[in-house]
Amino acid sequence: MTDVAVDIRELTRRFGALTAVSQLTLQIARGEVFGLLGPNGSGKTTTIRMLCGLLDPTSGGATVAGIDVSTAPERVKTRIGYMSQRFGLYEDLTVAENLQFYGGIYGLRGAAQATRLAELVAFLGLGDRMHQLAAQLSGGWKQRLALGCALLHQPPVLFLDEPTAGVDPAARRSFWSAIHDLARRGTTVLVTTHYMDEAERCDRLAMMSLGHLIALGSPAEVAQQVGGKTLEDAFIILQERDER
Amino acid sequence: MMTRLWPMVRKEFLQMRRDRLTLGLMFGVPVAQLLMFGFAIQTDVRHIPTVVVDESRTPASRDIIAALENTGSFRIVAHVDGRPALDAAFARGDAQAAIVIPNDYSRNVGRGSTATIQVIVDASDPLSSQSALAAAAGLGQARNLTILAAAAGRTSLPIDVRIRPRYNPGLRSPNYIVPGLVGLVLTMTMVLITAMAIVRERERGTLEQLIVTPITKTELMLGKIAPYIGVGLFQMTAVLILGRFVFDVPLVGSLWLLYGVSLVFIVVSLSLGLYISALVQTQQQAIQLSFFFMLPSILLSGFMFPRQAMPEFFQWLGLLLPITPFLEVLRGILLKGVGLEALWPQTLLLAGFAVGLITLAVRRFHKTLD
Repeated sequence: MTDVAVDIRELTRRFGALTAVSQLTLQIARGEVFGLLGPNGSGKTTTIRMLCGLLDPTSGGATVAGIDVSTAPERVKTRIGYMSQRFGLYEDLTVAENLQFYGGIYGLRGAAQATRLAELVAFLGLGDRMHQLAAQLSGGWKQRLALGCALLHQPPVLFLDEPTAGVDPAARRSFWSAIHDLARRGTTVLVTTHYMDEAERCDRLAMMSLGHLIALGSPAEVAQQVGGKTLEDAFIILQERDER
Repeated sequence: MMTRLWPMVRKEFLQMRRDRLTLGLMFGVPVAQLLMFGFAIQTDVRHIPTVVVDESRTPASRDIIAALENTGSFRIVAHVDGRPALDAAFARGDAQAAIVIPNDYSRNVGRGSTATIQVIVDASDPLSSQSALAAAAGLGQARNLTILAAAAGRTSLPIDVRIRPRYNPGLRSPNYIVPGLVGLVLTMTMVLITAMAIVRERERGTLEQLIVTPITKTELMLGKIAPYIGVGLFQMTAVLILGRFVFDVPLVGSLWLLYGVSLVFIVVSLSLGLYISALVQTQQQAIQLSFFFMLPSILLSGFMFPRQAMPEFFQWLGLLLPITPFLEVLRGILLKGVGLEALWPQTLLLAGFAVGLITLAVRRFHKTLD
């Protein structure tokens, strides 16, 4: 299976007595837009953080773009882009300064950096905002800037942790079309979300509850597995089951 | 190697430039501290408000009162009648010293028997009473000698003790305080700024984004402290220039050596700040921990209070503070003009602190979230 971009095997993470992620196993194919669904506390963020090398797994493991996250977390970091739930860029720097900083951190210099920046600015439509402080951007623009910084080094795998929280519907729509653009060009995208319309736009989904995988497949298949007519039904059933 | 250091340093400078308040503090603090400590802090207490009870009221009694006032330690604020009035002046705080001359003073001086005068000092603050006590005792002794010598028919005293206060002939406080202030200002700003630096990124959520990049932790930490090395050198230069021109503090020794050792001390302070920031989770904790370190740096380092006067345990404790050897270096170079031949133990100790603290900070800091 050379076309597996993310290969997760029995991945487990405990925080003291709490098991945040338990025995998670799944594969994500190259170029796939893969959604991770589940209520708060179901282990989505912990999973993404382990895949990014930000948290060490307690047991089990994963490879991302062919690299083992437990043994070579720093090499994984050269092959992935990551957007955290919370805006993680510098609000006291301008859009251009944030992009230049991350360009430098990813080893882009001089003309190469300028070319790559111009590409991304055109792709994300950031042209008019370049000299605004990040703090003054709306949620939608912040999210685009964060995506830009995560894409500077053209990573084969992209991790997006609730990228559209607090973003208006129009911005969400254009963000998703950008995601599909990237996937068409071969980027693998793992995204967590609360929004059902976003979940519907994923190629495949995994639903998590209390750290376990409870359903896996296309949006329609997942809805069926959990026992709802629609994905939203499935999600509500899941949440009620969780709260019991 | 270290290819990501420059973007990191550049980013820190950009942020520093936009943070007006911190910028103001970084450059305002040394100036404010210098003026405060330089003008306000005088360890030699002079001109203590003094009341006089002169029951003798003779030329001889007026003469001894004038002599006491001329030592500069006493400033006569009132003549009062009797003990109750004196006690009241002490109680109200109007006077911190009193000179009492009994009515038989002049008679006893004339007769050649022992004449008594009394100098009473409010010693609730031992530091401020010291110079008054010393001045009174000294004056008494000098008077005795002159009278005895005259009685023995000598025109000169048998022994003449000549005192030469070396390195600070005027016994001026600023000469002692200002060099120390270089150490104190650097400790206060350098430790706190770097202690905040990484914690702030952690709190704002920017650290998470930064540590999913291939930046190495050495690049990250060096990038954090490098810009502040420049700030530290600027601060010490400001203190030295103001000290020279406002307080006339001499600058005797080698400037190269001074800046060289100061660079080591700046690195020590920055590393300590980094270590603190790797220990704590919030900016609040970083501030508290920095202050926990700050107070002993003022009290135990010899900045104001002589270490020789401390119990041995506290002298050793003081040596655990990097500022302690640095103060000795500062005063050695600035006031005595000595070089490495005399200051190598302190310099070596500082270098040891630098290596130790950098190692601690790098080992403590991890590029993960837990």
